[in-house]
Amino acid sequence: MTDISTSRTDGLTASAAVHGALRDYLLLLKPRVMSLAVFTALAGLVAAPGEIHPLMGFVALVFIALGAGAAGALNMWYDADIDGVMSRTAMRPIPRNRVPPDEALTLGLVLAGGSVFCLGVLINWVAAGLLAFTIAYYFVIYTMWLKRRTPQNIVIGGAAGAFPPMIGWAAATGTVSLDSILLFAIIFLWTPAHFWALALNRSRDYERAGVPMLPVVAGKDATRTQILIYSVLTALAGIAPAITGLGGKLYLVTSALTGAAFVALALSVYIRREGHASDKAARSLFTYSIFYLFMLFAILLAEHALGLVS
Amino acid sequence: MTENSDTHGVVLTAEEKRRRRIRSLVIALSLGAIAILFFLVTIIRLGSNVANRPL
Repeated sequence: MTDISTSRTDGLTASAAVHGALRDYLLLLKPRVMSLAVFTALAGLVAAPGEIHPLMGFVALVFIALGAGAAGALNMWYDADIDGVMSRTAMRPIPRNRVPPDEALTLGLVLAGGSVFCLGVLINWVAAGLLAFTIAYYFVIYTMWLKRRTPQNIVIGGAAGAFPPMIGWAAATGTVSLDSILLFAIIFLWTPAHFWALALNRSRDYERAGVPMLPVVAGKDATRTQILIYSVLTALAGIAPAITGLGGKLYLVTSALTGAAFVALALSVYIRREGHASDKAARSLFTYSIFYLFMLFAILLAEHALGLVS
Repeated sequence: MTENSDTHGVVLTAEEKRRRRIRSLVIALSLGAIAILFFLVTIIRLGSNVANRPL
């Protein structure tokens, strides 16, 4: 009963402060981020050499998803103050008083510990170690340390979102290899261009919350230059699996074409700097960047699942 | 804290009780699912050896 009385003294409304609805707890796990983590982990799992029993693969994905959800809940617990200030995040469960903060923290810690332990016992400890590192990296390095201190928050913190394919790979093989590092590199280099395209149109939000995103600190022009640089690097990294043999011919063609379009859209953001056209260009790049990443991993997944590459 | 809650504790509303019941049910089902997963993974790991035990 302690949590109940504590929550009530926090001044939260009675119906919201005691227990959230199931939907609120699910929202704490950031389902969209979780789905991206599961999808890229699945690609890593399937693209890895050797075979894994389908049920073992399923189990690995379940606990990778729960680990990603744990990181999301811990992030929402720590960032509740700034989430309430920004329009994009103001509807999250804690700022809306739908879930008490201490319950979000408990959920995050239990899921983090539980997912790492179960992944280690049921699959292997290399994958579990990577999952533990990912959760700690996202929560401690990104959320607690970098996010409010440096405009490079997304660049360095982006590593957390890049680990899932590596964890999937490790779940299947028990190792980390060059190819799995390449999958990591694609998402790592993709993240800045993806988030800065969003931040260009949300800079006032971040400014109000005191988050030093690049457009706020260095200005929009400097951000456009950085977006272009990272888009080129992402497109190059995207082709790399075809060179090492991880991706086949279909992957080579897809990554080259979609990568070229990625750079073209980034160039459009770089050129269009004023008014509605500028906002539209940034929105287009943001939307396309999601499609780009999905296509790369979907093709990789399909090629390996269909046996088009060994 | 009100005087009422000091003497009688917090009284949950019907909606709060419903939410707590659902949450408890989900936790129970999740634990059950994990137990089943552990069992199935053990069977898969043992493979054909699952039937190979001294009587």
